[in-house]
Amino acid sequence: MAGGITLTVNGKSRTVQAPQDTPLVHVLRNELGLKGTRFGCGANQCGACHVLLDGHSVPACDTPLWAAAGKHVVTVEGLAAPERPHRLQRALIEEQAGQCGFCLSGILVSAAALLEHNAAPTEAEVRAALDRHLCRCGAHNRIVRAVLRAATEAA
Amino acid sequence: MSAAEAKLPGNLQANRRLSQWVRIEPAGTVAVTPGKVEIGQGILTALAQIAAEELDVGLARIRMVPATTAASPNEGVTSGSLSIQDSGAAIRQACAETRAIYLAEAAAELGVAVDALRVEDGEIIAANGRRTSYWALADDALLDREATGQVAPKPPAAHRTVGRSAPRLDLPDKVLGRPRFIHDIELPGMLHGRVVRPASRGARLVTVDEAAARALPGVVAVVRDGSFLGVLAEHEAQAIKAAETLAARARWDERDTLPDRGALAQWLRTAERETTVIEERASDARAARTFSATYTRPYTAHASIGLSCALAHWTARDALTVWTHSQGIYNLRADLALALKLPPARITVQHAEGAGCYGHNPADDVALDAALLARAAGGRPVRAQWSREDELAWDPLGPAMVVDVSAGLDAEGRIVQWTLENYSNGHSSRPGRADQPTLLAAWHLAEPFPVLPAINPPMPAGGQQRNAVPLYDFPGRRIACHRVLEMPLRTSALRALGAFANVYAIETFMDELAAAAGKDPVEYRLLHLADPRGRAVIEAAARRAGWSGRRKTEGRGFGIGFAKYKNLGTYCAVVAEVEAEREIRVRRLTIAADVGLVVNPDGAANQIEGGAVQAASWTLKEAVPFDRRRVTIAAWEDYPILRFSEVPAVDVELLNRPEERAVGVGEGAQGPTAGAIGNAVFDALGVRVRDLPITPERIVAAMG
Ligand code: FES
Ligand code: FES
Repeated sequence: MAGGITLTVNGKSRTVQAPQDTPLVHVLRNELGLKGTRFGCGANQCGACHVLLDGHSVPACDTPLWAAAGKHVVTVEGLAAPERPHRLQRALIEEQAGQCGFCLSGILVSAAALLEHNAAPTEAEVRAALDRHLCRCGAHNRIVRAVLRAATEAA
Repeated sequence: MSAAEAKLPGNLQANRRLSQWVRIEPAGTVAVTPGKVEIGQGILTALAQIAAEELDVGLARIRMVPATTAASPNEGVTSGSLSIQDSGAAIRQACAETRAIYLAEAAAELGVAVDALRVEDGEIIAANGRRTSYWALADDALLDREATGQVAPKPPAAHRTVGRSAPRLDLPDKVLGRPRFIHDIELPGMLHGRVVRPASRGARLVTVDEAAARALPGVVAVVRDGSFLGVLAEHEAQAIKAAETLAARARWDERDTLPDRGALAQWLRTAERETTVIEERASDARAARTFSATYTRPYTAHASIGLSCALAHWTARDALTVWTHSQGIYNLRADLALALKLPPARITVQHAEGAGCYGHNPADDVALDAALLARAAGGRPVRAQWSREDELAWDPLGPAMVVDVSAGLDAEGRIVQWTLENYSNGHSSRPGRADQPTLLAAWHLAEPFPVLPAINPPMPAGGQQRNAVPLYDFPGRRIACHRVLEMPLRTSALRALGAFANVYAIETFMDELAAAAGKDPVEYRLLHLADPRGRAVIEAAARRAGWSGRRKTEGRGFGIGFAKYKNLGTYCAVVAEVEAEREIRVRRLTIAADVGLVVNPDGAANQIEGGAVQAASWTLKEAVPFDRRRVTIAAWEDYPILRFSEVPAVDVELLNRPEERAVGVGEGAQGPTAGAIGNAVFDALGVRVRDLPITPERIVAAMG
């Protein structure tokens, strides 16, 4: 672990002193103070912890630190500058899409990845892209509407 | 009548000082301090709207302060959809009185009469143009007095903020990923704690080899007290690893303590029980035909997406501060005091938001875990969090229920006799209501506390009695509840409590009877319902869903369900449209609801939608699996819930009733949704599935 592991997080190079098998979610939340990535299961089954790893939406609870070495990680905090939120973040607020909001970080990350690859998804494509994300509050339909709304807005 | 005797609205009655509720701050803000807490339902936004309305200030000036036993009024538990009634009514009155007090001050200062003053966003303006403001006059001494009940809040017709949709105050933080949840709190010097739960129900810890766990990097302590076992470590990942290591080296004395899952209904009917007759009314009306049926629902988990989490800090040997996402900070404090053998005054319980809880989930339990672990932390604060496995498997489950219904129809097909009897464990093990704690770890200590059977809150709300009494006008009726007193699986309040299974049974049976009488299900309900608000939601849902023009096609069905929550809250009717292929797909839920005065229309619609989607998930998918020893859930895959691709479209119409009392909205749609789906499945396939969930296997079995 000498020297640590270096990765790029939200555009900044970070060197982390932690065992290399530490799940990325703990590194982000506890070492780097990025609490936006939520922890919901630790087993790649709920989607709460998703981050972008070189542009792909992956579960940070199932990504060991070593697998992120040298890669670009984007968390919900890094989707846009705080003073100018991402169109998906704006759309979630416009649609009031969320109740407890615990699921939203992971969903935002997957939705951002979707819009990167598919600028004008259909409703079915949005639902398919978000199917790995669990929401217990039943906010699904508002979230889907928000993603479709964001797709119609300029990036 | 003196102020001390005046009957005050809502929870102002028991917490009478204005300063307990509201504070005018010189910086131009109003601090509002309810004892109710945000559990993802948007209550803080609705309460802020009420405060802004009565004070005539913009919503942005309201600062909602998280509840703490150090300062907040004791408002009991945030549950039962009562917050708008209890807390909202108190805040409305307290803010109306606050406004009157500040206007009197302003009148004196400006030398004008009070009725020459108006308030605009906190500016107090006299008819002659002179002005001051709440902020200029801010003085805590003004509110250090009891409410009088002598000031009338605004009439609904004058409302400008209440009744308009307001965006949720908490949503921006959550969407931007800012620290807001309890999970995000970091206290200086904090350690991470994890508990190793017993290997099965009733298991006793015989031995545990602690050496391997102690030797792991970062491990600070292994904590053992009887069968309570846990670990403290510097880093979270280290605590998780150490807990796994300990679990692998623990030997438990285990035995079969759980009923046979395949014969659960039988067990519920025959276990030791206490019977209460809720209503009995004889009628001479003679039945020409009689019918009966039995409906069941399984144990159901709260299944929050967030994990239960708490922080605890012993600031002295006998002084504890706890951060919790519990629904009842004072109730939790009472149970912590019992379990830790401390006077309640030595414990401060501070609320922080968790993920949605949907009732009594392990939020309270983890607070005791944190406090017990923190005893070994040498004065450092401890953050404890449950694993996903424990969150689902050790959850205080929504109780399994059996509901027997029978009815007698006269020659015209009208229901003249009705009986409903149900069997289940009690629906509440909430803390703070007995002289023994109900927190999980208390059962596992070397000096254990006894396991108390869950209770039912009293009528009219009730637990398993909730909505057992149908709202329909049946002349002869008998309603009885059998509360099971053995509690092999821990049960407690899950959203809607007994109303879910009772309404499912009543509404499904109504359809069965309508079919027997050869009547349309909507018409048949209206035939038995005089209550005009009930009729209005049924008619509205049917109209909006195109009920009378619906077309029967292969594998497609429509069904309706209706209830008035607790028989005193929200009226709600749901029309479900399902498609039956290899499995049941609910395509659409059309909902009409009457919640009285609506504080935040979009917030109310959001709650109703969410409740309906969750109920669709319960109805189609959810059942807690267990064998004779343990709940057999290790991960989400063992407890599937409805996903994005499976969620139906939901369309909500709120009936506008500004002159009626505002009631909570979070639990009104669950029972009607289940009834509507069950009835739509029958419409589509011609078979009745009376046991929830309505799975493909059950449909195949019902088709014979
Ligand atoms: S926490 Fe990573 S998928 Fe659940
Ligand atoms: S909004 Fe609560 S889990 Fe999705």
